[in-house]
Amino acid sequence: MRFPFLFTRHGVALALTTSAFLAGCGPAAQPSGVNDPLEPMNRGIHSVNKGLDSVLLRPGAKAYGFVPEPVRQGVNNVADTLDLPGDMANHLLQGRIGEATTNFLRFGVNVVFGLGGVMDVATAAGMPRDSTDFGETLHVWGIGEGPYVEMPGFGPSTARDAVGTVVDLVMNPVSRATSGDAATAATAAKLLARLNDRARYSNTFDSILYDSADSYAQARLLYLQSRRFELTRGGAASADGAAEDEGFIDPYEDQ
Amino acid sequence: MTSDTTLTRRGFGLVLGGGLVAAALPAAALNTDQAKALIDKAVGDINAVINSGRSESAMLGQFEQIFAKYADVPTIARSALGVTAKSASAAQMSAFTKAFQVYISRKYGRRFREFIGGRIEVESARPLKSYFEVISTAYLKGESPFEVRWHVTDKGGRSQFFNIIIEGVNMLASERTEIGAMLDKRKGNLDALIADLQKS
Repeated sequence: MRFPFLFTRHGVALALTTSAFLAGCGPAAQPSGVNDPLEPMNRGIHSVNKGLDSVLLRPGAKAYGFVPEPVRQGVNNVADTLDLPGDMANHLLQGRIGEATTNFLRFGVNVVFGLGGVMDVATAAGMPRDSTDFGETLHVWGIGEGPYVEMPGFGPSTARDAVGTVVDLVMNPVSRATSGDAATAATAAKLLARLNDRARYSNTFDSILYDSADSYAQARLLYLQSRRFELTRGGAASADGAAEDEGFIDPYEDQ
Repeated sequence: MTSDTTLTRRGFGLVLGGGLVAAALPAAALNTDQAKALIDKAVGDINAVINSGRSESAMLGQFEQIFAKYADVPTIARSALGVTAKSASAAQMSAFTKAFQVYISRKYGRRFREFIGGRIEVESARPLKSYFEVISTAYLKGESPFEVRWHVTDKGGRSQFFNIIIEGVNMLASERTEIGAMLDKRKGNLDALIADLQKS
């Protein structure tokens, strides 16, 4: 899905320059709670997404589940390898040289020794995937998450991460370097990988979307909590910071 | 590693300071090691169930027992109910707590069932506010390891956990949202909610 009217190359360049200006301020503070001023619109998009899931993604994932597991894993590995150049670019923009290097080696190892990315030999060799995205780059540059947004076709996000998703799509080095059949194959691998994830975590997806009393509120909470957790990158494990206290709820305080 | 640094006067002061901080923490019965030991036991029980090869309903029954034994269910139930708990009668609270215990252990028991063939390992524990946080890692087949945190206290009269946080996703927060939405659907009628929880 592309939004050429919103994100012309010019617009992206502008956004990039503005962000670069903000760089050096350090990562944005991790907010807690839910900031959702667009709730009515988001709920509308949520029901569309839920409809898409029930007619396309969920049955598609079920059908795809009949493909032998090693084949599906191979497709996932290819999709993962295709994401690496983008991850690398974002790691560099975040100043994470070590992670960028690991992903560079991972890319090389899996392409050369893993049959062009079908086999994930790099993880076994001690180079596990460290994925990232432009939303995280914006976070590292000090941009706050902004209001919660549910994106059509993509699901839960925030204003910042929605911009990140679009930038990653438009700027992806692999799609910019490929065209024709190669580009179609790359897109197909990514879509199949998504189906596979939907199949693999079907219990979790189903319980949120179809078993909870308010699937919109559950999906929103789940996304915000896990995204914030992801962006702390294990920083919450340190015994010093305030970050890890964000999610702390004291059920004994008001009895 | 130069061990003599700790013996300088400044180092000695630091050690003393550390001791004072530790002394200012909740003195009472529970300490970090005991909190960790509690979760070690709970995790041991959970690991035994997920690798027992029993049927789903047998496993869910066992998870409920584990939950009742190691978790402060009345406090979790009250927290999930939010402000409604304040206006509820004692009879309503006791009926809700009972129904909630079945609901929550089934829900999280199903999640733990996905861990079949895997295991949870307790890593460390530390004081957090006036409680303790025990950090564990779940190792699942074909999955990168992920973090599960347990918040432990003895404020309910004995050592129990009152929250589980899986990769940043917080049980108390999720259940407050879920129970709140269930109440809204029933126009705030707690008795209707209890009846429906008992049926599920």
